[in-house]
Amino acid sequence: MDYVHSDAAVRDTAAATGGDRLIAAKILIAGGFGVGKTTMVGSISEIRPLRTEEVLTDRSVGVDDTTGVDGKTSTTVAMDFGRITLPDDLVLYLFGTPGQQRFWFMWDELSLGALGAVVLADVRRLADSFAAVDYFEERGTPFMVAVNCFDGAERKNPDDVRIALDLDESVPLLLCDVRDRESAKSVLITVVEHVLDRTTARP
Amino acid sequence: MSSDRWLDDDAGPVVRPYTVTRGRTRLREDGLDLISVLEATGVAVPRRARLDPEHRTLLALCRQPITFADLASEIDLPIGVVRVLVDDLRDENLLRALRPTSTGDVPDEFVLRKLLNGLRAL
Repeated sequence: MDYVHSDAAVRDTAAATGGDRLIAAKILIAGGFGVGKTTMVGSISEIRPLRTEEVLTDRSVGVDDTTGVDGKTSTTVAMDFGRITLPDDLVLYLFGTPGQQRFWFMWDELSLGALGAVVLADVRRLADSFAAVDYFEERGTPFMVAVNCFDGAERKNPDDVRIALDLDESVPLLLCDVRDRESAKSVLITVVEHVLDRTTARP
Repeated sequence: MSSDRWLDDDAGPVVRPYTVTRGRTRLREDGLDLISVLEATGVAVPRRARLDPEHRTLLALCRQPITFADLASEIDLPIGVVRVLVDDLRDENLLRALRPTSTGDVPDEFVLRKLLNGLRAL
């Protein structure tokens, strides 16, 4: 009986709004390979399987000899993809941007329609974050930097990280532990607040 | 070389993914991003339309509004393949995109506030 009611409610809602109620928002989780993107998506959202294609171009340079192979070959790769279902038919999607350079062709597609981005950084390998910081700065996508503090990693002074990454003062920077749901949650809250600040500051 | 050594879990699909699209990969600009919301139009499938089982599965999944990413995830085919199949269904007027992009690059303040409240309450 219950689901008869809910079914009717869904139809009513759809009728009232032209089936246009579902609101989807997207946040990118970027950063170097192995920095914790998959862990972060998993600790805060419902992980969903999603595959994309990888065109074999420079992937196997130096590994497989593809000389003379002119035909385009592709294989599929799994993406970090998670969803957080919020009240009012609002769904927040998290997409991990692939860390390795050979997947960079996907970034533009992923960035389309993204409201903001989180650049995950590892203090031991800060240079791995440069590419992502550059990308979002150039594209004008609002982003923040979340320094993932692994077990045993020294806790850096956030100001030092800011200097090392040459971050603008307006870019939020947070120390976090992405394995921890509350910590991952505060990262997402920080990036949405940052986007909101920029939106409301617009003339 | 034994052929079955390639068929472990890492081998990926045994049938090449673009087989279901008959090799088609190119599309006109469809304006779909991963969070575009798709919905079946409810139009009856024309008799001349040649739909594959994958098309029919997609159509069934779209009876309720669903995002492109969720659709690809549910049917478990690569994004590029689903893009081609969705395009076929849109050509037949069986499927429509409710919005080209859901939030766009300029987020709506109202949506952002709802998002923030929702996240804080998690």
